[in-house]
Amino acid sequence: MTRVLEVANLSKHFWGITAVDDVSFHVDAGEILGIIGPNGSGKSTLFNCILGQLAPSRGEVRLDGRMVTGRSPAELNRLGVSRTFQLLQVFPELSVRENLILAAQEHRGGMIERLFGPRDAGLGDTAAEMIAFFKLDHLAREKAGGLSYGQQKLVDAAMAFMAGPRLVLLDEPAGGVNLTMLADLQDRLRAMNRERGATFVVIEHNMDFVMSLCSRIVVLAEGKVLAQGTPESIRRDPAVIDAYLGH
Amino acid sequence: MTGATRRLPWLGLAILVGAVLLIPPLFLARYGLYIMSMWAVMTIAAIGLNLTLGYAGQVSLAQGAFVGIGAYCAGILTTSFGWNGIATIPVAIVLCFAIGWLLGYPALRVQHHYLAFVTLAFSTLAFLVFRNEEWLTKGIYGIENIHRPTVFGMRTAKPLPFYFFCLGTLATMSAMAWWVVRSPWGRAFVALRENPVRALSLGVDVRRYTLVAFAIGSAFGGVSGVLYALLVQFVEPPAFGLALSLNILMMVIVGGSGTFFGPYLGTMIAVLLPEWLRLTTRLGQLVPEDSTWHARVVHWLDLPNQYYLILYSIFVIVLIAYSPKGILGFVEAKIADRRTRQASTLRVAAAPTLLGEDRP
Repeated sequence: MTRVLEVANLSKHFWGITAVDDVSFHVDAGEILGIIGPNGSGKSTLFNCILGQLAPSRGEVRLDGRMVTGRSPAELNRLGVSRTFQLLQVFPELSVRENLILAAQEHRGGMIERLFGPRDAGLGDTAAEMIAFFKLDHLAREKAGGLSYGQQKLVDAAMAFMAGPRLVLLDEPAGGVNLTMLADLQDRLRAMNRERGATFVVIEHNMDFVMSLCSRIVVLAEGKVLAQGTPESIRRDPAVIDAYLGH
Repeated sequence: MTGATRRLPWLGLAILVGAVLLIPPLFLARYGLYIMSMWAVMTIAAIGLNLTLGYAGQVSLAQGAFVGIGAYCAGILTTSFGWNGIATIPVAIVLCFAIGWLLGYPALRVQHHYLAFVTLAFSTLAFLVFRNEEWLTKGIYGIENIHRPTVFGMRTAKPLPFYFFCLGTLATMSAMAWWVVRSPWGRAFVALRENPVRALSLGVDVRRYTLVAFAIGSAFGGVSGVLYALLVQFVEPPAFGLALSLNILMMVIVGGSGTFFGPYLGTMIAVLLPEWLRLTTRLGQLVPEDSTWHARVVHWLDLPNQYYLILYSIFVIVLIAYSPKGILGFVEAKIADRRTRQASTLRVAAAPTLLGEDRP
């Protein structure tokens, strides 16, 4: 199996506080990896280090075997890593369709071609297809800011897949989404994985969501990897139950 | 409603605007044409600021300085070197683009009101150069006798042809702005304004787009400046002080920052309204000075001459309080509101079939 992402001995210190402590894991092509852990266990910091939002203090990040440690978020994005944020981040004044086109337009051609090329940057069809895939057709022309929270989460997720990424990192996709919408989201993410072989890493608090969606799980506690394995083995792991799942 | 019938009102509006811009000027006197030319000239500067501020979200209090740079370009090159006024436009564009690009660098570090201060400082700097570098700008004496150019064999020395020259330039610049705004660049600018961190994570080169936004907006300021110099035929430092920058900012905000036609409307209000309201001056003068106490107060405060400014200020305060996105922002919100309501009515009507399809 091909390794899409490999994180080796990654650490991040903030003025003496160790937020991420010697973390190593990998993501294989076509899998959905879950990262769980209590609040403050370093999940988002880990994401930010992988994605170039923060510079790691130590360790390596490899994408398809290539060193990408410390690259800028925009560069990493163009290399094929896309993400969503913990807090909802769509562009409220742009329509749903525009949001999706924006998510991929910087991946092709140079600045000048973008200025003089077609208005949809040649992405109109891809966007229409992605909108249909996430069942957002009736909302395509609405401003994203006018949508419900759950709908915006769907748009947010759809944006992450627009550029045909090698790897998608989803930071709490289920946060604040109502149950019906959650089922939709889960269904779409799974379809993305099965039908298109998309690879992703999910940070999530919602245990049911993670356990049913992910093929493998990494558990973080106090910045360290506490355990990793299949959802089944994680559910039974005494250390995990102690630290996190508990009751 | 079909697409064609929906477009009909807009087409009617476009024809009306075109008629207003083309027909009455044929009958206007010199002063009326001067005012309308000034509207076209200032609109170009406002369009530029709207790109930088309205679309890309970069606050700038320096647009007046770029108008000044453009104006001095035209003034110096036409008087000292005998250039045709038209030929100075490309020079002003290149110069303002380059300086605007450099002014963009601070914007990579600071935003919002801090950026306003940086651009304010630049504005002051430009003013000092205009005033003190006498070898180049003739300092406080200003540059006189700027000749209007011959455009495609048409002499523009008279007010009417010059007005049409301004209108033609405005049309050209509008087409360019429209192109930029509708291209993927326009989308990237809006992303920059709304959420730079997210934009970066989508591969948008925030750095380069910020610089480009400043540069393009400034180049528009430069073009406006060239026309200003040719219109007034005299340039002097005070014309390009902070007041002008604030005025252009006001035009953008009153019209509707981030809407395409906002600057046209905002400039119209800023340029024409004072002229209309000047009528109130005459009303003030009708009060005999020796009559009542309030007439004395009015006279003492010099209210007659300030009426239009007071009314304009009140208008701006009320407008911004109720609609921070300006007049067109307000109109746009209303239209969007109505469209959403129509769409949800349709959706409710179609709901049973949708449910039937989704969950059999």
